[in-house]
Amino acid sequence: MAVMLQGVVATAALSSSAAFDSKGAQLPTVKFLLERKGGFLVDRSDRRLAVFASNARAQGVVATAALSSSAAFDSKGAQLPTVKFLLERKGGFLVDRSDRRLAVFASNARARSASRLVTNAVAAKTDKSTASAASKIGGHEILLFEALREGLEEEMDRDPRVCVMGEDVGHYGGSYKATKGLAKKYGDLRVLDTPIAENSFTGMAVGAAMTGLRPIVEGMNMGFLLLAFNQISNNCGMLHYTSGGQFKIPIVIRGPGGVGRQLGAEHSQRLESYFQSIPGIQMVACSTPYNAKGLMKAAIRSENPVILFEHVLLYNLKEKIPDEEYVLSLEEAEMVRPGEHITILTYSRMRYHVMQAAKTLVNKGYDPEVIDIRSLKPFDLYTIGNSVKKTHRVLIVEECMRTGGIGASLTAAINENFHDYLDAPIACLSSQDVPTPYAGTLEEWTVVQPAQIVTAVEQLCQ
Amino acid sequence: MAVWLSRSGNVARHLNGKMGSLGILNRSLLSHPEPTHQRNSLPTSPIEQSYRNPAAFLGNSGTLFAVRHFESIQAETHHDSRYDEHENQLLDFPGGKVKFTSDMIFISESPDKRIKCYRVLDDNGRQIPGSSFQPLSKELSLRIYNDMVTLQTMDTIFYEAQRQGRISFYLTSNGEEAINIASAAALAIDDIVLPQYREPGVLLWRGFTLKEFADQCFGNKGDCGKGRQMPIHYGSRKHNYFTVSSPIATQLPQAVGAAYSLKMDKKDACVVTYFGDGATSEGDFHAALNFAAVMEAPVIFICRNNGWAISTSTSEQFRSDGVVVRGQAYGVRSIRVDGNDVIAVYSAVQRAREMAISEHRPILIEALTYRVGHHSTSDDSTKYRAVDEIEHWRSARDPVTRFGKWIELNGWWSNENESELRRNMRKKILHAIQVAEKVEKPLLADLFTDVYDHPPSNLLEQERLLRETIKRHPQDYPPDVPV
Repeated sequence: MAVMLQGVVATAALSSSAAFDSKGAQLPTVKFLLERKGGFLVDRSDRRLAVFASNARAQGVVATAALSSSAAFDSKGAQLPTVKFLLERKGGFLVDRSDRRLAVFASNARARSASRLVTNAVAAKTDKSTASAASKIGGHEILLFEALREGLEEEMDRDPRVCVMGEDVGHYGGSYKATKGLAKKYGDLRVLDTPIAENSFTGMAVGAAMTGLRPIVEGMNMGFLLLAFNQISNNCGMLHYTSGGQFKIPIVIRGPGGVGRQLGAEHSQRLESYFQSIPGIQMVACSTPYNAKGLMKAAIRSENPVILFEHVLLYNLKEKIPDEEYVLSLEEAEMVRPGEHITILTYSRMRYHVMQAAKTLVNKGYDPEVIDIRSLKPFDLYTIGNSVKKTHRVLIVEECMRTGGIGASLTAAINENFHDYLDAPIACLSSQDVPTPYAGTLEEWTVVQPAQIVTAVEQLCQ
Repeated sequence: MAVWLSRSGNVARHLNGKMGSLGILNRSLLSHPEPTHQRNSLPTSPIEQSYRNPAAFLGNSGTLFAVRHFESIQAETHHDSRYDEHENQLLDFPGGKVKFTSDMIFISESPDKRIKCYRVLDDNGRQIPGSSFQPLSKELSLRIYNDMVTLQTMDTIFYEAQRQGRISFYLTSNGEEAINIASAAALAIDDIVLPQYREPGVLLWRGFTLKEFADQCFGNKGDCGKGRQMPIHYGSRKHNYFTVSSPIATQLPQAVGAAYSLKMDKKDACVVTYFGDGATSEGDFHAALNFAAVMEAPVIFICRNNGWAISTSTSEQFRSDGVVVRGQAYGVRSIRVDGNDVIAVYSAVQRAREMAISEHRPILIEALTYRVGHHSTSDDSTKYRAVDEIEHWRSARDPVTRFGKWIELNGWWSNENESELRRNMRKKILHAIQVAEKVEKPLLADLFTDVYDHPPSNLLEQERLLRETIKRHPQDYPPDVPV
């Protein structure tokens, strides 16, 4: 466990930025060595509670002598952020309220493999040096779809009310194998194959949730969930409210979306833009095996209906994730790469395009701060705001279409809240307002490419 | 794959005719209206030829299915003379064995005779001799009658209240009191009810008070829905009555989900969901019946076929023989019932409940009735239907009067009881309305709670802005809504 804490540095380096809460009070930074107590690690950074949690319940403080200052920088010499560990005993297990450390680790792995990330390739094999560094730490390598399944399986073990329903999720294991083996383990009733009627099995899940189960609905492709819009909007999002709080709907709706590789227009939908307006639901997008598992678990445990957006091309990403159990916060963004010059906000697959562009930008002398917003509804305006206050320039890179996308809402939200801190208008790179063409070359050019990101940053930073 | 194959075996068993205790008719729908047919003179098709040599026909497909098929064919060649004639040959297809025929016969779009309707009481409230039904005790009968009169009176008075501008909207169940109360009486409190919106009688039976009905319609502080829904969108968790949601038929797949939940928990209860004739056109109806059958879920689907979906008559809604025939299309046991006959409805629902729970199957009940009132207070049905038609059903075919006659014939009820009941009920309901009218509305904070389990920052911000606005312009803010 101790070896996992690479990257812990003194606060002084970052006290000017991330260490303040919304009232301007400085958040304490504590160095922790997490003790393995036969429990598991719950990883959440919840700023609202950060202050009181650290004051009231900080425990297990042992300076990690093993951590040298060299460990606090990544291979490019960029300083790793301060890691704040705020432990709270909650219901018998340790809740780690900061995911900086692991974000750092993930960004390490990403940075190294970014060089091999070609726009069309998705599964990036971690190189040997990363693997050997990781092996010192513990944890296990896993593909993203396996991470989803691991999260799902852990939650199904933990709570017998959790069940899965969708097309071909049972013995077939799901079209992207996210539920492989689960039907065998839990039975046909808990991993339910449904006939082809999205509106109806989503409705079925709503009814089951109102009666006490915690269903997870899998859309074979997010685009098909357009057929379930009625149930999602009129019932899923509303019934908790219109019933006066009598019935709750702790449902998770998940599935692959985004532009794949020549899947055609109907299978390349970005549904987050259509769903973002529905009151009563939460939306999150995963991008790495680490956050996929963590968000899956958090979504299942949430009492609200949550839509978890996965991406078709990211299922085979490989990463090392902790052996211990952990849950991420649904409302938190992830700091992928801290920087000074510009804030780049992105999520899902575009994160990788951004990181590839970041490599080029660093070579050109820029220092971009990359944030994977993860939480699409609501936005983590705390993390985003702090970043804007530091860099004063924002570039949003998304896969949604220009009109009415997540980027459009995010632009409005940032303008409204942080207008005074901006030195330049917010730039938003999105897909064009066209259905995704089938031809590979055309498809490639509807998706934002690293070269465009580099150009946009250069323009913004003039 | 293995699961699918075993399921197809199940289907085959069902096709061989499983008769239930009520004499389920599982072949009556297929009629052959053309007694004369021509033997077609097509040459022996390649398929027929290769049938003799199944290996040639199937040998190249390496699927598990083909191998099983091949095995079964081999077994049959040793048996009786199936191969001697072209008629009645049996062949496996996905879904089970099916007999062949060389007669090209189309199944008629409508059967010769419509499915019969089950009833016990005649129009004058007399029990038809020889009818099979579930007997009702005096106590139960009087309670049912009491609630039917309550529902009828409640509907009249609340409708008038809307016309007086005291509530914004109302929707009556005139003419459907028997379906409401009799079906509720046949259920247990553990059975989960997912209503459409014309079933307040079920909630009434379960113990929802007049005060609670009034509170919801006035959207005041006493409403357990916290004033968030339109009038008549009742919902009560403690009565196992899911909150009414306006869109039609959305509750049908939810009912299947709730039944799935009961099945997982192995509860001795079923789910009952109500819907009208119009709802059967929605996609959700078809998928829900299908799902329920496939999942073997204990749901009772009760269709109130009252002849009208706002202004759309059933002849414009569907061309099938009503709704009952659709059950078999999905593999769901069904029955058609006289919805204005309390004893028939009671008996059918009770039997359906037994079957649903013990046999783990869905049941479809089509209750024929008539929507005497307008669709809602936003509708004037005289615009699209004849006034005498409405009058006929209101008086001659009133389910309350009909059941009243029956209890009177049994010596359990008199005219004095009748007038006293109606007088008292009217007073009680008027009183409930007067009280509910004066109760405060829910707090402003309730606008923002329950959207999520805890209000997120954007909603807190929006609440703050709203309060600021109210502080600045207090004269524009309604006086009966506490801040």
